[in-house]
Amino acid sequence: MTDIAATAPAHGHDHAHDHDHDTPGFFVRWFMSTNHKDIGTLYLIFAIVAGIVGGVISGMMRWELAEPGIQHLVGWAQFFDGAAGEVQAKHFWNVMITAHGLIMVFFMVMPAMIGGFGNWFVPLMIGAPDMAFPRMNNVSFWLTFVAFFMLVGSMFVPGGSGLGAGTGWTVYAPLSTSGSPGPAVDMAIFSLHLAGAASILGAINFITTIFNMRAPGMTLHKMPLFVWSVLVTAFLLLLALPVLAAAITMLLTDRNFGTTFYDAAGGGDPVLYQHLFWFFGHPEVYIMILPGFGIVSQIISTFSRKPVFGYLGMAYAMVAIGVVGFIVWAHHMFTVGMSVNLKMYFTAATMVIAVPTGIKIFSWIATMWGGSMSFKTPMVWSLGFIFMFTVGGVTGVVLANGGVDTNLHDTYYVVAHFHYVLSLGAVFSLFAGFYYWFPKMSGRMYSEFLGQLHFWIFFIGVNVLFFPQHFLGQQGMPRRYPDYAEAYAFWHLISSYGYVIMGVGVLIFFANILYSLVAGKRAADNPWGEGATTLEWTLSSPPPFHQFNELPRIA
Amino acid sequence: MMGRLSPNAKTASLASLMALAMTGLGFAAVPLYDLFCRVTGFGGTTQRYDPVAAAAEPQILSDTISVRFDANVSPNLPWKFYPEHPRDTVSVGARDMAIFIAENNSSQPVVGTASFNVTPTQAGQYFTKIQCFCFTQQRLEPGQQMRMPVLFFVDPKIKDDPDARDVQEITLSYTFHPSDPVDEGKKAS
Repeated sequence: MTDIAATAPAHGHDHAHDHDHDTPGFFVRWFMSTNHKDIGTLYLIFAIVAGIVGGVISGMMRWELAEPGIQHLVGWAQFFDGAAGEVQAKHFWNVMITAHGLIMVFFMVMPAMIGGFGNWFVPLMIGAPDMAFPRMNNVSFWLTFVAFFMLVGSMFVPGGSGLGAGTGWTVYAPLSTSGSPGPAVDMAIFSLHLAGAASILGAINFITTIFNMRAPGMTLHKMPLFVWSVLVTAFLLLLALPVLAAAITMLLTDRNFGTTFYDAAGGGDPVLYQHLFWFFGHPEVYIMILPGFGIVSQIISTFSRKPVFGYLGMAYAMVAIGVVGFIVWAHHMFTVGMSVNLKMYFTAATMVIAVPTGIKIFSWIATMWGGSMSFKTPMVWSLGFIFMFTVGGVTGVVLANGGVDTNLHDTYYVVAHFHYVLSLGAVFSLFAGFYYWFPKMSGRMYSEFLGQLHFWIFFIGVNVLFFPQHFLGQQGMPRRYPDYAEAYAFWHLISSYGYVIMGVGVLIFFANILYSLVAGKRAADNPWGEGATTLEWTLSSPPPFHQFNELPRIA
Repeated sequence: MMGRLSPNAKTASLASLMALAMTGLGFAAVPLYDLFCRVTGFGGTTQRYDPVAAAAEPQILSDTISVRFDANVSPNLPWKFYPEHPRDTVSVGARDMAIFIAENNSSQPVVGTASFNVTPTQAGQYFTKIQCFCFTQQRLEPGQQMRMPVLFFVDPKIKDDPDARDVQEITLSYTFHPSDPVDEGKKAS
């Protein structure tokens, strides 16, 4: 940090650059960045780009699924793979579901939530000048960047019956071992290693920052809930990702070095991989949603002009969700053959999570109760989040039942469930946070009209897209299939229409960003009024390149 | 040494240690899971009769259980493999012998190892093998046919387990895989 800050002014004078007094030049600022706000911006841009890639892939899938039969897949595979037949076309389908899942989880939601908003606002909210390890922060970002290209690159190398890794985001053995020869799956696994390493480094950075760099008076129990949410998330990352790293390392050695960790022929067990994967995978879903909880808590409080109801309960509910999240993993694998007792345990433990989650939903509503509410864009997104996440939570309680899950496992009901909590839950909180903090980050106001329009079109679109998938799942439509029986055609078509509506909403989002950056009104330091009480609103919009040279004191 | 580190370095070191410990736990899951399956019969893992630990001969009950035999061959193994009789009815606690027949259809000697489990999985804990061809590797000369015995009994304790006492039929399943003849006996469990 000090190196760049020390050399930059001289550089600026020599070349008469028009930068702020101690802002480094373009290349140093954005490619060798150690400033938490710049790295946060990089993460957000990265997440938006990855989101476009992942979103286009899902659009192609909805296009193919609009009608029964294989319509476009063969053509796409030919475009992609040269001389491709039906086998390659179906492999290409698997590649798309894999890429969509991995990109959205590791390269859209996580970078946006933790890398983007976490980097931008955790130091600002606790009154710290920067993250604890600014250079490590930079390493995290570029590792994520390389990991993304590794994953995208894997789509262009052989992966078994076609180009790319077609294993699903879960990378289950034996499909990912003996079922997928060729370098594609190795590249995808290596991409997960890199993204995982980046996240672990990021987690260490956040934990250190939050524990050691709070401004005087900012006790743990005074921290804004967004900071709490990132702290809990960082611990989940720290404890869950190494297990994934171990699990996929063993996949790599099974693939390349003749070990048989997951191969029954050599005394291994493919179900062990599922246990390890979901020991990571379940905390991972909380990693994706907890920062969203934090964002929504800030916004609801701001636009209700009230402190959040039951602050300590909110904070420790997140801790409880994090802790219990580690002991429920086998509810993802009720169908592998488990005793009744084990199923009962995992059913009950899973349902216990509904208690702290219920505390959060209740407290958000109680925060609004009697508040002086204003329905600005971030607030409507947050309200949308609460509604959608509750719907996804209810279907989650249904799926938590070991007996019911035997019927619904790997159907569209599950697809609908996790898209309600992620694509509608996590993504709504991301949009909420984006509109909430956009004036702070850019110094410009977004268009309130376009923001509201974006919300309503997107809200209608995703519901038309995902709600019918509950029906499909209950009728038995299996997930990860490119083709289906005639009986499923109606709701699949409706679902694909929903995608188009949602796509229009996303276009309005980009129009809004463009409009705001070009012609948006200058944002005040605190555009939200007295409800916005956290420290970032005490700074200018955008904040100075270095903030809190004199630490704020929290009474 | 920790005393001389800055607070940030201390926190970061502790956090790194946590991550390292979890990585270790990830790999330690392999032997732990194996042990867990053997002890609890998880996933239908069968038990192996230990004459030293077994206090007395199991009591033979009047209840009977039907045992089905299932034989599979890995696509990479040029063998034919089937049970002599597809099913058998045994008294709970009584020893029984089942014969499996393997035939090498190729022109080369081939070594194979069998993996195994039982369903329903909650019966794994009570399905005890005294002797089994799956404990060791099997070598078949070209064209050779071999009769391979399994000596087993169903532990009478199955009748005391509320989850397993209703089991009327147990399927014992084997899958033969080609194996590397060097590590003879390693896979026996």
